Amino acid sequence: MTADTVVPPIVEMTGITIRFPGVLALDKVDFTLRPGEVHALMGENGAGKSTLIKALTGVYTIDEGTIVVDGRQQSFSTAGDAQAAGISTVYQEVNLCENLTVGENVMLGHEPRRGSVIDWRRTHAEARKHLVSLGLAIDPRSSLASHSIAIQQLVAISRAMVLEAKVLVLDEPTSSLDRGEVELLFRVVRDLRDRGVAILFVSHFLDQVYEIADRITVLRNGALVGEYPIAELPRDALVTKMIGRELEDLATLSSSAHREIDRSGAPVVKATGLGKRGILEPADLEVYPGEVVGLAGLLGSGRTELVRLLYGADRADEGEIELHGAPAKIHSPLHAIGRRISFSSENRREEGVVSDLTVAENIVLGMQARQGWARRLRRSEKDAVVTGWIEALGVRPANPNALVGNLSGGNQQKVLLARWLATAPELLVLDEPTRGIDVGAKADIQKKVSELSADGLSVIFISSELEEVLRLAQRIVVMRDRRKIGELESASTDLDGLIDYIANEGEGSAA
Amino acid sequence: MTATAVRDETTKESRTMKVESFLGRHAALMPTFAALAILLLLFAGAEAFLRGDFITPRNISALLLDNAYLLVLAVGMTFVILTGGIDLSVGSVMAFTGILGAKLLADGLPVVIAVPAIILGGALIGLVIGVLVQYFNVQPFIASLAGLFLARGLAFVVSLSSIKVEEPAILWLQSTRITVGSWYITPTGIIALLAVAVAAFVLHLTRFGRTVYAIGGSESSARLMGLNVARTKVAVYVISGLCAGLAGLILTAYSGAGYPRNGIGTELDAIAAVVIGGTLLTGGRGYVVGSMVGVFVYGTIKTIISFMGAEQSWMQIIVGALLLLFIVVQRAIVARSEGRR
Amino acid sequence: MTGIFKNRLFWPVVSLLTLVVVNTIARPQFIEITMRDGRLYGALIDILRNSAPLMLVALGMTIVIATRGIDLSVGAVMAVSGAVALTIIDGSGNPGSLGTVAVAVVVAVLVALVLGVWNGFLVAVLKIQPIIATLVLMLAGRGVALLITGGFITTVNSDPFSFIASGYVLLLPVAFFISVAAIAVMSLVERRTALGVLTEAVGINPEASRLAGVRSRGIIWSAYIVSGTLAGVAGIIYASNIKAADANAAGLFIELYAILAVVLGGTSLSGGKFSLAGTVIGVLIIQTLDSTILFLGVPSAQSPVFFAIVVVVVVVVQSSRVRGALSRASASLTRAKTDTDDREKAEVAR
Repeated sequence: MTADTVVPPIVEMTGITIRFPGVLALDKVDFTLRPGEVHALMGENGAGKSTLIKALTGVYTIDEGTIVVDGRQQSFSTAGDAQAAGISTVYQEVNLCENLTVGENVMLGHEPRRGSVIDWRRTHAEARKHLVSLGLAIDPRSSLASHSIAIQQLVAISRAMVLEAKVLVLDEPTSSLDRGEVELLFRVVRDLRDRGVAILFVSHFLDQVYEIADRITVLRNGALVGEYPIAELPRDALVTKMIGRELEDLATLSSSAHREIDRSGAPVVKATGLGKRGILEPADLEVYPGEVVGLAGLLGSGRTELVRLLYGADRADEGEIELHGAPAKIHSPLHAIGRRISFSSENRREEGVVSDLTVAENIVLGMQARQGWARRLRRSEKDAVVTGWIEALGVRPANPNALVGNLSGGNQQKVLLARWLATAPELLVLDEPTRGIDVGAKADIQKKVSELSADGLSVIFISSELEEVLRLAQRIVVMRDRRKIGELESASTDLDGLIDYIANEGEGSAA
Repeated sequence: MTATAVRDETTKESRTMKVESFLGRHAALMPTFAALAILLLLFAGAEAFLRGDFITPRNISALLLDNAYLLVLAVGMTFVILTGGIDLSVGSVMAFTGILGAKLLADGLPVVIAVPAIILGGALIGLVIGVLVQYFNVQPFIASLAGLFLARGLAFVVSLSSIKVEEPAILWLQSTRITVGSWYITPTGIIALLAVAVAAFVLHLTRFGRTVYAIGGSESSARLMGLNVARTKVAVYVISGLCAGLAGLILTAYSGAGYPRNGIGTELDAIAAVVIGGTLLTGGRGYVVGSMVGVFVYGTIKTIISFMGAEQSWMQIIVGALLLLFIVVQRAIVARSEGRR
Repeated sequence: MTGIFKNRLFWPVVSLLTLVVVNTIARPQFIEITMRDGRLYGALIDILRNSAPLMLVALGMTIVIATRGIDLSVGAVMAVSGAVALTIIDGSGNPGSLGTVAVAVVVAVLVALVLGVWNGFLVAVLKIQPIIATLVLMLAGRGVALLITGGFITTVNSDPFSFIASGYVLLLPVAFFISVAAIAVMSLVERRTALGVLTEAVGINPEASRLAGVRSRGIIWSAYIVSGTLAGVAGIIYASNIKAADANAAGLFIELYAILAVVLGGTSLSGGKFSLAGTVIGVLIIQTLDSTILFLGVPSAQSPVFFAIVVVVVVVVQSSRVRGALSRASASLTRAKTDTDDREKAEVAR
């Protein structure tokens, strides 16, 4: 779109800085959006995409910087303010009311009235008009809940039309849609773009971004990487920019990638065709004693989903699991722990630490759960385990009675690692164990994984940082768009090869 | 699915539109229909059991008269429950406003001052609860619990024993019987029916009413849609308090006296009536007309039990069982819709 | 020194001591304890004795609240348990025999336990909101109690039964020893088994606990069983005290006072960390306040006004968000709250 350069921008965000307690969420980020373009905002988890969107839509107040919308400087303090300025947002989890009808959701708060009495006939007629303008021939009097998520997304867009939005923010609108539904959504998005609406599109599906976007802005760790026309940014360049090159001092760290693995015996775990409808296409996975298997792929590629099914955190609808060559069923996390499988979630705060409990209590939680409530761990045993792991992993402060909620991210992660290692697992699944933690803690965790696997522990290691995966794992399973697309031997590839594989492998068949 | 499939979907939708849209539109009405069915079954059962002695104009008229106060309470409770909240204070507020009215009248204040004063008193306690819930982030359960304590205590502060009401204007509300044949209705009954009508109007034909439903559907969505959530949430508790004040007036007229021990546990009856009438306790679904049906189910069970000469204790057990039935059914509906996602 | 101030029990203890001191200044006989016939008498002893039913109920409520739940049915369970016990004693040929009373008490407590199982089933298995699930029994329970007593207030004259509430052992009332026994057993279970810490884990972060292998269903279920059972014992003490089963009045509003005691003791209604010691102090505060209100010549019927004020002050002060909000301009009250909400979410998202 060469017209971009002449059309004045509708949104200009300059030097946006947002701080949360202890975190610099956005650091002097600039962002420009023009009428009649689809602009993709890209970045890995924690890059600051959501924060930037929330700054634009009035959910967060900014600490520094300016937001100019349509030539006027704005400071939004509620979602209502942003809507009044012409900015509407459609979220991944549709922000409509399922208990109401489609028409009501479209018109809510803007119903035509006679005096103060709502004129339902005109309300529904107007709703129908807006729905039809997006090519939706659904009955405005039908209940919203009776429609698929895709239709609900379009209803949310219709609502934006009622508000005469000049800017439409689509925050991961496609993550729960199938291909046909995405197609339907994209048709509407292109139509709106042609009508001059500025569209900010966030998605972690690369294919979709390349299908719909005109320009891309990349964020990493709360900072702007750059803004590029889509034609000038090939996929692998985009992936590189999103992930970033790692710091040199980490590159010198321990590596276990070249260790020889004996794969002659039975694998510790072997999953065949493990899948769940709408979550993960059936995938195979096997891990041998002492092996580190990396799971690579972007966020939302299905890497977390796969290990959650393996661990019994979610129930699989298909597939078999074998442990040491014998068929096994894993119904629940407790079941998995009993079979010496441990899983550390990527979501440290919500699914990992129990923040109001102490370091010691968190460390022994897994052991205690396996032992049952009736037999409390003996104090001496507990103290030995706790102090042992605090020392082995270098948890700081080295105080077993500190509340975990008060520890830094890296130390919380070490506590979680300690919890799982204390259960003496044969297979340890680590989902993003090094995300958002400081360099020192990261190095400690990598070193420990490398050492433990050398002693015979099997590990599944998930990370967005590909160098880390390449260095630790002997074998890498690559995932994209909720399916496994292949496996690589670390020894036979390098970072560029892996990025290329993630971005392009099987591309022809996927489209 | 490609563009063709999309078109398929839309044609399919128009074809089955009639059936689907009927279900889609009226799914929320089903629990209310169920309550209506239960009411009719109760009528039919009692009629058969008592050999035609039950469905008489006198009994049906008495049903409204005897339960007018509960109907008004249920109307206010419906607003609160529709937003996903709960108001435990209404029984006590009713007692407080009732005794306050009786006291004011006994002290010689004119009706034109006493009646607005008690209704305002109810609304004020509702306001306190609403402010606690909205601005101090107190759970509705706890906030209205404080309201319950406050109103019950205040009722005893006004008077420790019952106060007779001699004021003709108040007694008129109860004693006047507008008759058509053997049917009759009292002004208290008319007030209760008016409350239902006004509530139905507000809930279905004003933006405020739709905001109430939207909050119950998803409070965060309602906020992101730019609706005035804070004002609406406070308002529903004020409405509930106001209704409790009105119920206090009706009960005082009904019993001819204010009594500080009135309405102990009545909040539970009101909640039960609302739930039996098809309003989801999680909010967002239900109708005030359903609550009226729920009150009549409640009243009918009570009447049947006294006709049969059975223990009144069966009342609580049956209402509890009905409540359980409706909750389990609602839970199943919610679980199904979660499963579909 | 700062350690003492930071202790969760600091403010509850200070409140209780203040109440005692104020009472003592107002009426010095408050702390007087006299001894007659090998028994101690006095206002303080009365507080210990009268607080027993509330103590038991509040201890159970503490555990339920720790799991992010609430049990509204405790009053109704008390009524049922009292009705069962009295009906058995009344129906037996020999109300005064120790055996009859023992059987009655055991059966009544077992019935209460079953009611706890029922509540736990609704909450832990059917996953019905605790408020609603326990509302069912709160409504129906009194009906059941009335049905058991045949709609009357059953009164009995049984010395062994009266002994439970009015008797004395080793200078002190039996009811007090029952309280102490309940506190001791619960603290012991909390210390000797892992139930306490696992309950807290489930209450603080149910999903993390599940992924750590904690059987949250069983833990939640057992909390309601404990609560039901303790309410059953409380019902017996209540019935023994009035020597009658009054299905309408037994345990009326006790769920509200129990919740208040738990909150006063520093356990948050949002679940997680709980303090049995805090609840014990909370109960004593309520009982002392009640005694104070009575002393002031306020009819006990009016005392709810005081408790309402206490509830409001406690919940408003307890909310840290409100503290933050109050420090900002009052005009931005609304926003402040949603803002903290969202920021917390944002941190989680990262």
